[in-house]
Amino acid sequence: MTDTVPETKRQPVEDWATDFDHTHPDYAANAPEIWDDLRERCPVAHTERFGGAWLPTKAADVRAIAEDTDRFSSRGIIINDFRPELDIAPRGYAPPITSDPPFHQEARRLLLPPFSPKKIAEWEPMARACCQELLDEVEAELTAGGDVVDAATAYAQDIPVRVIAAMLGLPAEDGDKFRMFIHRILETPGQHEDIDPGETLVAYLSEKIRERRETGADGDDLISYLLTVEDPDGNHLSDEHVFGTIALLLIAGIDTTWSAIGASLWHLAQHPEDRRRWVEDPDVRLFAIEEFLRFYAPVTMARLAAEDTEVGGCPVKKEDWLLLSFPSYNRDPEAFEQADEFVIDRARNRHSAFGLGIHRCLGSNLARLELTVAIEEWMERFPDFELADPGTVRWSTGQVRGPRCLPVRVLGQEVSA
Amino acid sequence: MKIIYDRDACQGHNRCYQLAPELFDVDEEGYAVLLVTGEVPAELEEKAKLCADNCPEFAIEVEG
Repeated sequence: MTDTVPETKRQPVEDWATDFDHTHPDYAANAPEIWDDLRERCPVAHTERFGGAWLPTKAADVRAIAEDTDRFSSRGIIINDFRPELDIAPRGYAPPITSDPPFHQEARRLLLPPFSPKKIAEWEPMARACCQELLDEVEAELTAGGDVVDAATAYAQDIPVRVIAAMLGLPAEDGDKFRMFIHRILETPGQHEDIDPGETLVAYLSEKIRERRETGADGDDLISYLLTVEDPDGNHLSDEHVFGTIALLLIAGIDTTWSAIGASLWHLAQHPEDRRRWVEDPDVRLFAIEEFLRFYAPVTMARLAAEDTEVGGCPVKKEDWLLLSFPSYNRDPEAFEQADEFVIDRARNRHSAFGLGIHRCLGSNLARLELTVAIEEWMERFPDFELADPGTVRWSTGQVRGPRCLPVRVLGQEVSA
Repeated sequence: MKIIYDRDACQGHNRCYQLAPELFDVDEEGYAVLLVTGEVPAELEEKAKLCADNCPEFAIEVEG
Protein backbone atom coordinates (compact mmCIF):
# COMPACT_ATOMS: atom_id res chain seq x y z
CA MET A 1 0.00 0.00 0.00
CA THR A 2 2.83 2.45 0.62
CA ASP A 3 3.55 2.54 -3.14
CA THR A 4 0.26 4.30 -3.75
CA VAL A 5 0.40 6.77 -0.87
CA PRO A 6 0.77 10.25 -2.35
CA GLU A 7 3.48 12.62 -1.21
CA THR A 8 2.60 14.65 1.85
CA LYS A 9 4.03 17.49 3.88
CA ARG A 10 2.93 15.67 7.05
CA GLN A 11 5.58 14.14 9.29
CA PRO A 12 5.62 10.32 9.41
CA VAL A 13 3.70 8.75 12.29
CA GLU A 14 5.79 6.52 14.58
CA ASP A 15 3.01 5.24 16.85
CA TRP A 16 -0.69 5.83 16.22
CA ALA A 17 -1.42 5.62 19.96
CA THR A 18 0.79 8.56 20.92
CA ASP A 19 1.28 10.54 17.71
CA PHE A 20 -1.78 10.02 15.50
CA ASP A 21 -2.41 12.21 12.46
CA HIS A 22 -5.73 11.72 10.69
CA THR A 23 -4.62 14.07 7.90
CA HIS A 24 -1.75 11.75 6.96
CA PRO A 25 -2.18 9.60 3.81
CA ASP A 26 -1.25 6.48 5.84
CA TYR A 27 -4.36 7.06 7.98
CA ALA A 28 -6.53 7.48 4.89
CA ALA A 29 -5.28 4.20 3.47
CA ASN A 30 -5.51 2.15 6.68
CA ALA A 31 -7.99 3.79 9.05
CA PRO A 32 -10.08 0.69 9.92
CA GLU A 33 -6.97 -1.30 10.85
CA ILE A 34 -5.66 1.62 12.91
CA TRP A 35 -8.97 1.91 14.86
CA ASP A 36 -9.09 -1.84 15.51
CA ASP A 37 -5.50 -1.84 16.76
CA LEU A 38 -6.04 1.21 18.99
CA ARG A 39 -9.33 -0.13 20.37
CA GLU A 40 -7.52 -3.28 21.52
CA ARG A 41 -4.40 -1.78 23.03
CA CYS A 42 -5.12 1.85 23.88
CA PRO A 43 -8.14 2.69 23.44
CA VAL A 44 -7.92 6.52 23.56
CA ALA A 45 -5.08 7.69 21.32
CA HIS A 46 -3.34 11.04 21.74
CA THR A 47 -1.24 13.36 19.64
CA GLU A 48 0.70 16.54 20.31
CA ARG A 49 -0.06 17.59 16.74
CA PHE A 50 -2.77 20.23 16.21
CA GLY A 51 -1.91 21.66 19.63
CA GLY A 52 -3.08 18.48 21.39
CA ALA A 53 -5.84 16.07 20.33
CA TRP A 54 -7.43 12.79 21.45
CA LEU A 55 -8.91 9.93 19.45
CA PRO A 56 -11.26 7.66 21.43
CA THR A 57 -11.99 4.46 19.52
CA LYS A 58 -14.57 2.68 21.71
CA ALA A 59 -18.28 3.16 21.05
CA ALA A 60 -19.04 3.96 24.69
CA ASP A 61 -16.52 6.83 24.79
CA VAL A 62 -17.67 8.24 21.45
CA ARG A 63 -21.30 8.19 22.60
CA ALA A 64 -20.47 9.80 25.94
CA ILE A 65 -18.70 12.72 24.23
CA ALA A 66 -21.45 13.20 21.63
CA GLU A 67 -24.09 13.35 24.34
CA ASP A 68 -22.23 15.70 26.68
CA THR A 69 -22.48 19.15 25.13
CA ASP A 70 -21.48 20.84 28.42
CA ARG A 71 -18.03 19.28 28.62
CA PHE A 72 -17.44 19.05 24.85
CA SER A 73 -18.10 22.10 22.70
CA SER A 74 -18.87 22.18 18.97
CA ARG A 75 -17.11 25.56 18.64
CA GLY A 76 -14.51 23.66 16.65
CA ILE A 77 -15.52 20.62 14.60
CA ILE A 78 -12.64 20.30 12.13
CA ILE A 79 -9.29 19.74 13.78
CA ASN A 80 -6.43 21.93 12.62
CA ASP A 81 -3.60 23.91 14.15
CA PHE A 82 -5.80 26.85 15.12
CA ARG A 83 -8.81 26.88 17.43
CA PRO A 84 -11.76 29.13 16.60
CA GLU A 85 -11.90 32.21 18.86
CA LEU A 86 -13.70 31.70 22.16
CA ASP A 87 -16.14 34.57 21.56
CA ILE A 88 -17.58 32.89 18.45
CA ALA A 89 -19.45 30.51 20.79
CA PRO A 90 -22.25 29.57 21.17
CA ARG A 91 -23.12 30.25 17.50
CA GLY A 92 -19.81 29.24 15.90
CA TYR A 93 -18.86 29.79 12.28
CA ALA A 94 -21.40 27.46 10.65
CA PRO A 95 -24.59 27.19 12.71
CA PRO A 96 -26.03 24.87 13.82
CA ILE A 97 -23.20 22.31 13.42
CA THR A 98 -20.74 24.61 15.23
CA SER A 99 -23.28 25.78 17.81
CA ASP A 100 -23.70 24.83 21.43
CA PRO A 101 -26.91 24.93 23.49
CA PRO A 102 -29.01 26.93 23.94
CA PHE A 103 -28.32 28.74 20.64
CA HIS A 104 -28.08 25.42 18.80
CA GLN A 105 -31.68 24.35 19.14
CA GLU A 106 -33.24 27.43 17.53
CA ALA A 107 -30.79 27.49 14.67
CA ARG A 108 -31.43 23.80 14.05
CA ARG A 109 -35.22 24.03 14.23
CA LEU A 110 -35.25 26.50 11.33
CA LEU A 111 -33.56 23.91 9.14
CA LEU A 112 -35.32 20.72 10.19
CA PRO A 113 -38.50 21.12 8.05
CA PRO A 114 -36.78 21.37 4.63
CA PHE A 115 -34.63 18.35 5.53
CA SER A 116 -37.39 16.17 6.99
CA PRO A 117 -37.91 12.81 5.28
CA LYS A 118 -41.14 13.77 3.55
CA LYS A 119 -39.68 17.00 2.14
CA ILE A 120 -36.49 15.26 1.06
CA ALA A 121 -38.48 12.52 -0.69
CA GLU A 122 -39.64 15.21 -3.14
CA TRP A 123 -36.06 15.40 -4.44
CA GLU A 124 -35.96 11.74 -5.45
CA PRO A 125 -36.95 12.20 -9.13
CA MET A 126 -34.29 14.88 -9.54
CA ALA A 127 -31.61 12.73 -7.86
CA ARG A 128 -32.56 9.72 -9.98
CA ALA A 129 -32.51 11.70 -13.23
CA CYS A 130 -29.10 13.04 -12.28
CA CYS A 131 -27.74 9.51 -11.70
CA GLN A 132 -29.18 8.30 -15.01
CA GLU A 133 -27.67 11.22 -16.88
CA LEU A 134 -24.24 10.54 -15.38
CA LEU A 135 -24.57 6.84 -16.19
CA ASP A 136 -25.45 7.73 -19.80
CA GLU A 137 -22.19 9.67 -19.94
CA VAL A 138 -20.26 6.77 -18.39
CA GLU A 139 -21.81 4.36 -20.87
CA ALA A 140 -20.92 6.63 -23.78
CA GLU A 141 -17.34 6.77 -22.52
CA LEU A 142 -17.21 2.98 -22.29
CA THR A 143 -18.70 2.61 -25.76
CA ALA A 144 -16.08 5.00 -27.10
CA GLY A 145 -13.31 2.74 -25.88
CA GLY A 146 -12.08 0.75 -22.93
CA ASP A 147 -13.99 -0.91 -20.12
CA VAL A 148 -12.60 1.08 -17.18
CA VAL A 149 -14.19 4.12 -15.56
CA ASP A 150 -13.32 6.09 -12.42
CA ALA A 151 -16.52 5.60 -10.43
CA ALA A 152 -15.45 8.23 -7.88
CA THR A 153 -14.95 11.11 -10.31
CA ALA A 154 -17.16 10.15 -13.25
CA TYR A 155 -20.17 9.20 -11.12
CA ALA A 156 -20.20 9.47 -7.32
CA GLN A 157 -18.84 13.00 -6.92
CA ASP A 158 -21.37 14.79 -9.11
CA ILE A 159 -24.56 13.44 -7.57
CA PRO A 160 -24.52 15.37 -4.26
CA VAL A 161 -23.14 18.49 -5.96
CA ARG A 162 -26.03 18.69 -8.39
CA VAL A 163 -28.69 18.05 -5.77
CA ILE A 164 -27.42 20.52 -3.17
CA ALA A 165 -26.78 23.16 -5.86
CA ALA A 166 -30.44 22.84 -6.88
CA MET A 167 -31.60 23.00 -3.27
CA LEU A 168 -29.53 26.12 -2.59
CA GLY A 169 -30.30 27.71 -5.95
CA LEU A 170 -26.63 27.80 -7.04
CA PRO A 171 -25.39 26.81 -10.53
CA ALA A 172 -24.39 23.14 -10.77
CA GLU A 173 -21.56 24.23 -13.11
CA ASP A 174 -19.81 25.66 -10.04
CA GLY A 175 -19.30 22.11 -8.75
CA ASP A 176 -15.53 22.18 -9.33
CA LYS A 177 -15.29 25.34 -7.22
CA PHE A 178 -17.31 23.75 -4.43
CA ARG A 179 -14.97 20.76 -4.43
CA MET A 180 -11.89 22.99 -4.32
CA PHE A 181 -13.24 24.87 -1.27
CA ILE A 182 -14.14 21.61 0.41
CA HIS A 183 -10.80 19.99 -0.31
CA ARG A 184 -9.01 22.88 1.42
CA ILE A 185 -11.30 22.89 4.42
CA LEU A 186 -11.84 19.18 5.01
CA GLU A 187 -8.94 17.24 3.54
CA THR A 188 -6.00 19.55 4.12
CA PRO A 189 -7.11 21.97 6.85
CA GLY A 190 -4.61 24.69 7.74
CA GLN A 191 -2.18 23.60 5.00
CA HIS A 192 -2.77 26.55 2.66
CA GLU A 193 -0.93 29.86 2.77
CA ASP A 194 -1.05 31.03 -0.81
CA ILE A 195 -4.74 31.24 -1.67
CA ASP A 196 -6.04 34.06 -3.86
CA PRO A 197 -8.54 35.89 -1.60
CA GLY A 198 -10.90 36.23 -4.56
CA GLU A 199 -11.02 32.45 -4.92
CA THR A 200 -12.30 31.48 -1.50
CA LEU A 201 -15.56 30.11 -0.20
CA VAL A 202 -16.07 33.41 1.66
CA ALA A 203 -15.69 35.47 -1.52
CA TYR A 204 -17.87 33.12 -3.55
CA LEU A 205 -20.75 32.91 -1.11
CA SER A 206 -20.64 36.61 -0.20
CA GLU A 207 -21.08 37.43 -3.88
CA LYS A 208 -23.96 34.95 -4.27
CA ILE A 209 -25.73 36.29 -1.18
CA ARG A 210 -25.26 39.89 -2.37
CA GLU A 211 -26.74 38.99 -5.78
CA ARG A 212 -29.67 37.29 -4.12
CA ARG A 213 -30.39 40.28 -1.89
CA GLU A 214 -30.28 42.60 -4.91
CA THR A 215 -32.56 40.54 -7.11
CA GLY A 216 -34.95 39.88 -4.26
CA ALA A 217 -34.88 36.65 -2.33
CA ASP A 218 -38.20 35.30 -3.48
CA GLY A 219 -37.20 31.87 -4.82
CA ASP A 220 -38.12 28.64 -3.11
CA ASP A 221 -34.47 27.66 -2.68
CA LEU A 222 -32.68 27.44 0.66
CA ILE A 223 -30.67 30.65 0.27
CA SER A 224 -33.88 32.63 -0.22
CA TYR A 225 -35.39 30.78 2.72
CA LEU A 226 -32.49 31.71 5.02
CA LEU A 227 -32.57 35.35 3.92
CA THR A 228 -36.29 35.68 4.67
CA VAL A 229 -36.96 33.30 7.57
CA GLU A 230 -37.70 34.84 10.96
CA ASP A 231 -36.77 33.54 14.39
CA PRO A 232 -39.51 33.12 17.03
CA ASP A 233 -39.09 36.82 17.98
CA GLY A 234 -39.73 37.94 14.40
CA ASN A 235 -36.10 38.86 13.61
CA HIS A 236 -34.22 37.97 10.44
CA LEU A 237 -31.06 35.95 10.87
CA SER A 238 -27.79 37.88 11.17
CA ASP A 239 -25.57 38.06 8.09
CA GLU A 240 -23.00 35.88 9.84
CA HIS A 241 -25.66 33.29 10.62
CA VAL A 242 -26.96 33.19 7.03
CA PHE A 243 -23.46 32.97 5.60
CA GLY A 244 -22.36 30.27 8.04
CA THR A 245 -25.40 28.10 7.44
CA ILE A 246 -25.14 28.31 3.64
CA ALA A 247 -21.46 27.42 3.90
CA LEU A 248 -22.42 24.46 6.08
CA LEU A 249 -25.10 23.21 3.69
CA LEU A 250 -22.72 23.48 0.76
CA ILE A 251 -19.76 21.84 2.48
CA ALA A 252 -21.38 19.18 4.61
CA GLY A 253 -23.35 17.36 1.94
CA ILE A 254 -20.85 16.90 -0.86
CA ASP A 255 -17.67 15.06 0.17
CA THR A 256 -19.60 13.08 2.74
CA THR A 257 -22.18 11.61 0.36
CA TRP A 258 -19.60 11.28 -2.42
CA SER A 259 -17.58 9.20 0.04
CA ALA A 260 -20.51 6.99 1.00
CA ILE A 261 -21.44 6.29 -2.62
CA GLY A 262 -17.83 5.64 -3.60
CA ALA A 263 -17.11 3.35 -0.65
CA SER A 264 -20.28 1.35 -1.34
CA LEU A 265 -19.25 0.87 -4.97
CA TRP A 266 -15.72 -0.05 -3.82
CA HIS A 267 -17.28 -2.75 -1.65
CA LEU A 268 -19.60 -4.06 -4.34
CA ALA A 269 -16.75 -4.16 -6.87
CA GLN A 270 -14.98 -6.69 -4.62
CA HIS A 271 -17.97 -8.75 -3.47
CA PRO A 272 -19.83 -10.56 -6.26
CA GLU A 273 -22.01 -12.35 -3.68
CA ASP A 274 -23.29 -8.99 -2.38
CA ARG A 275 -23.86 -7.71 -5.92
CA ARG A 276 -25.92 -10.82 -6.67
CA ARG A 277 -27.92 -10.47 -3.47
CA TRP A 278 -28.64 -6.81 -4.23
CA VAL A 279 -29.92 -7.66 -7.71
CA GLU A 280 -31.95 -10.73 -6.74
CA ASP A 281 -33.43 -9.58 -3.44
CA PRO A 282 -34.91 -6.05 -3.49
CA ASP A 283 -35.98 -6.45 0.16
CA VAL A 284 -32.35 -6.58 1.26
CA ARG A 285 -31.54 -3.15 -0.13
CA LEU A 286 -32.91 -1.17 2.81
CA PHE A 287 -30.62 -3.15 5.12
CA ALA A 288 -27.69 -3.09 2.72
CA ILE A 289 -27.75 0.72 2.59
CA GLU A 290 -27.58 0.93 6.40
CA GLU A 291 -24.75 -1.62 6.43
CA PHE A 292 -22.82 0.46 3.88
CA LEU A 293 -23.36 3.41 6.20
CA ARG A 294 -22.17 1.43 9.23
CA PHE A 295 -19.15 -0.21 7.67
CA TYR A 296 -17.99 2.74 5.56
CA ALA A 297 -19.25 5.66 7.66
CA PRO A 298 -17.46 8.59 6.06
CA VAL A 299 -17.69 11.23 8.76
CA THR A 300 -15.57 11.84 11.85
CA MET A 301 -16.51 14.96 13.80
CA ALA A 302 -14.49 16.86 16.38
CA ARG A 303 -15.11 18.69 19.64
CA LEU A 304 -13.15 21.03 21.90
CA ALA A 305 -12.98 20.25 25.61
CA ALA A 306 -14.79 23.03 27.48
CA GLU A 307 -13.04 22.17 30.75
CA ASP A 308 -10.35 19.90 32.19
CA THR A 309 -11.95 16.47 32.16
CA GLU A 310 -11.30 12.83 31.32
CA VAL A 311 -12.26 10.44 28.55
CA GLY A 312 -11.88 6.71 29.00
CA GLY A 313 -9.55 7.37 31.93
CA CYS A 314 -7.31 9.79 29.99
CA PRO A 315 -6.75 13.33 31.29
CA VAL A 316 -8.16 15.79 28.76
CA LYS A 317 -7.21 19.45 29.17
CA LYS A 318 -9.50 22.37 28.48
CA GLU A 319 -9.22 23.33 24.76
CA ASP A 320 -7.81 19.92 23.75
CA TRP A 321 -9.34 18.61 20.53
CA LEU A 322 -11.30 15.35 20.50
CA LEU A 323 -11.95 13.37 17.34
CA LEU A 324 -15.43 11.87 17.41
CA SER A 325 -14.87 8.79 15.29
CA PHE A 326 -18.30 7.50 14.37
CA PRO A 327 -16.61 5.13 11.91
CA SER A 328 -14.63 3.53 14.75
CA TYR A 329 -17.79 3.38 16.89
CA ASN A 330 -19.41 1.41 14.08
CA ARG A 331 -16.71 -1.27 14.17
CA ASP A 332 -16.57 -1.76 17.93
CA PRO A 333 -17.33 -5.42 18.81
CA GLU A 334 -18.85 -4.22 22.10
CA ALA A 335 -21.57 -2.42 20.11
CA PHE A 336 -22.05 -4.75 17.12
CA GLU A 337 -22.08 -8.49 16.55
CA GLN A 338 -19.52 -9.51 13.91
CA ALA A 339 -18.42 -5.88 13.92
CA ASP A 340 -15.56 -6.47 11.50
CA GLU A 341 -17.73 -8.19 8.89
CA PHE A 342 -19.95 -6.61 6.28
CA VAL A 343 -23.32 -8.36 6.72
CA ILE A 344 -25.59 -7.22 3.91
CA ASP A 345 -28.85 -8.14 5.70
CA ARG A 346 -27.80 -7.07 9.20
CA ALA A 347 -31.04 -6.81 11.19
CA ARG A 348 -29.63 -5.14 14.34
CA ASN A 349 -27.78 -2.06 13.22
CA ARG A 350 -27.72 0.98 15.53
CA HIS A 351 -24.95 2.59 13.49
CA SER A 352 -23.82 6.12 14.21
CA ALA A 353 -22.88 7.15 10.65
CA PHE A 354 -25.01 10.27 11.06
CA GLY A 355 -23.73 11.04 14.52
CA LEU A 356 -25.46 10.75 17.88
CA GLY A 357 -27.22 13.23 20.13
CA ILE A 358 -28.41 16.74 19.32
CA HIS A 359 -26.09 17.18 16.33
CA ARG A 360 -27.47 14.22 14.36
CA CYS A 361 -26.65 14.97 10.72
CA LEU A 362 -29.25 17.45 9.50
CA GLY A 363 -28.93 16.12 5.96
CA SER A 364 -29.17 12.43 6.85
CA ASN A 365 -32.41 11.91 4.94
CA LEU A 366 -30.92 13.56 1.86
CA ALA A 367 -27.70 11.56 2.16
CA ARG A 368 -29.61 8.30 2.52
CA LEU A 369 -31.78 9.15 -0.48
CA GLU A 370 -28.78 10.02 -2.65
CA LEU A 371 -26.87 6.92 -1.60
CA THR A 372 -29.86 4.64 -2.21
CA VAL A 373 -30.69 6.10 -5.61
CA ALA A 374 -27.03 6.17 -6.67
CA ILE A 375 -26.49 2.48 -5.88
CA GLU A 376 -29.86 1.41 -7.30
CA GLU A 377 -29.21 3.17 -10.60
CA TRP A 378 -25.59 1.98 -10.87
CA MET A 379 -26.56 -1.62 -10.18
CA GLU A 380 -29.44 -1.40 -12.64
CA ARG A 381 -27.02 -0.28 -15.34
CA PHE A 382 -23.82 -2.13 -14.38
CA PRO A 383 -24.69 -5.11 -12.17
CA ASP A 384 -21.24 -6.64 -12.67
CA PHE A 385 -17.96 -4.80 -12.15
CA GLU A 386 -14.61 -5.14 -10.40
CA LEU A 387 -11.72 -2.97 -9.28
CA ALA A 388 -9.57 -2.29 -12.33
CA ASP A 389 -6.43 -2.01 -10.23
CA PRO A 390 -6.75 -2.08 -6.42
CA GLY A 391 -3.38 -0.31 -6.13
CA THR A 392 -4.69 2.87 -7.72
CA VAL A 393 -7.62 3.37 -5.34
CA ARG A 394 -6.92 6.45 -3.20
CA TRP A 395 -8.79 7.38 -0.01
CA SER A 396 -9.23 10.95 1.20
CA THR A 397 -7.39 12.29 4.23
CA GLY A 398 -8.94 14.19 7.12
CA GLN A 399 -12.31 13.82 8.77
CA VAL A 400 -14.29 12.67 5.73
CA ARG A 401 -13.16 9.31 4.40
CA GLY A 402 -13.97 7.86 1.01
CA PRO A 403 -12.34 6.83 -2.26
CA ARG A 404 -11.28 9.79 -4.40
CA CYS A 405 -9.91 7.64 -7.22
CA LEU A 406 -11.82 4.43 -7.95
CA PRO A 407 -11.15 2.87 -11.36
CA VAL A 408 -13.57 0.00 -11.95
CA ARG A 409 -13.85 -2.39 -14.87
CA VAL A 410 -17.39 -2.97 -16.08
CA LEU A 411 -17.94 -6.67 -16.77
CA GLY A 412 -20.19 -8.49 -19.20
CA GLN A 413 -21.48 -5.26 -20.64
CA GLU A 414 -23.00 -5.63 -24.05
CA VAL A 415 -21.67 -2.56 -25.73
CA SER A 416 -24.15 -1.40 -28.27
CA ALA A 417 -22.93 0.77 -31.10
CA MET B 1 -46.47 -6.58 22.58
CA LYS B 2 -46.33 -2.85 23.34
CA ILE B 3 -43.96 -0.17 22.02
CA ILE B 4 -42.44 2.32 24.43
CA TYR B 5 -41.17 5.39 22.58
CA ASP B 6 -39.11 8.08 24.30
CA ARG B 7 -39.71 11.31 22.36
CA ASP B 8 -37.01 13.14 24.34
CA ALA B 9 -34.37 10.61 23.24
CA CYS B 10 -35.42 10.73 19.57
CA GLN B 11 -33.02 12.75 17.39
CA GLY B 12 -34.81 12.18 14.10
CA HIS B 13 -32.64 9.47 12.56
CA ASN B 14 -35.85 8.18 10.93
CA ARG B 15 -34.79 4.55 10.98
CA CYS B 16 -38.13 3.47 12.49
CA TYR B 17 -40.20 5.40 9.96
CA GLN B 18 -38.19 3.76 7.18
CA LEU B 19 -38.48 0.25 8.58
CA ALA B 20 -42.12 0.39 9.68
CA PRO B 21 -44.26 3.29 8.42
CA GLU B 22 -47.22 1.27 9.75
CA LEU B 23 -45.93 1.87 13.29
CA PHE B 24 -44.16 5.23 13.09
CA ASP B 25 -44.89 8.46 11.25
CA VAL B 26 -42.67 11.56 11.36
CA ASP B 27 -43.64 15.13 12.23
CA GLU B 28 -42.65 18.10 10.08
CA GLU B 29 -39.31 18.42 11.88
CA GLY B 30 -38.52 14.77 11.25
CA TYR B 31 -39.09 13.40 14.77
CA ALA B 32 -40.85 10.06 15.12
CA VAL B 33 -44.52 9.86 16.00
CA LEU B 34 -45.76 6.54 17.37
CA LEU B 35 -48.92 5.46 15.58
CA VAL B 36 -49.80 2.42 17.66
CA THR B 37 -50.47 3.23 21.28
CA GLY B 38 -51.98 -0.07 22.47
CA GLU B 39 -51.12 -3.62 21.53
CA VAL B 40 -48.99 -4.06 18.42
CA PRO B 41 -50.92 -6.17 15.87
CA ALA B 42 -49.37 -9.64 15.74
CA GLU B 43 -48.31 -9.29 12.11
CA LEU B 44 -46.29 -6.16 12.97
CA GLU B 45 -44.43 -7.54 16.00
CA GLU B 46 -41.33 -8.40 13.97
CA LYS B 47 -41.24 -4.89 12.56
CA ALA B 48 -41.65 -3.37 16.02
CA LYS B 49 -38.61 -5.34 17.17
CA LEU B 50 -36.65 -4.14 14.15
CA CYS B 51 -37.46 -0.53 15.04
CA ALA B 52 -36.20 -1.05 18.57
CA ASP B 53 -33.06 -2.86 17.41
CA ASN B 54 -32.09 -0.16 14.92
CA CYS B 55 -32.68 3.06 16.83
CA PRO B 56 -29.25 4.68 17.28
CA GLU B 57 -30.49 6.64 20.30
CA PHE B 58 -32.16 3.70 22.13
CA ALA B 59 -35.42 5.70 22.02
CA ILE B 60 -37.62 2.66 21.27
CA GLU B 61 -38.28 -0.40 23.38
CA VAL B 62 -40.72 -3.26 22.99
CA GLU B 63 -42.37 -4.94 25.95
CA GLY B 64 -44.07 -8.27 26.15
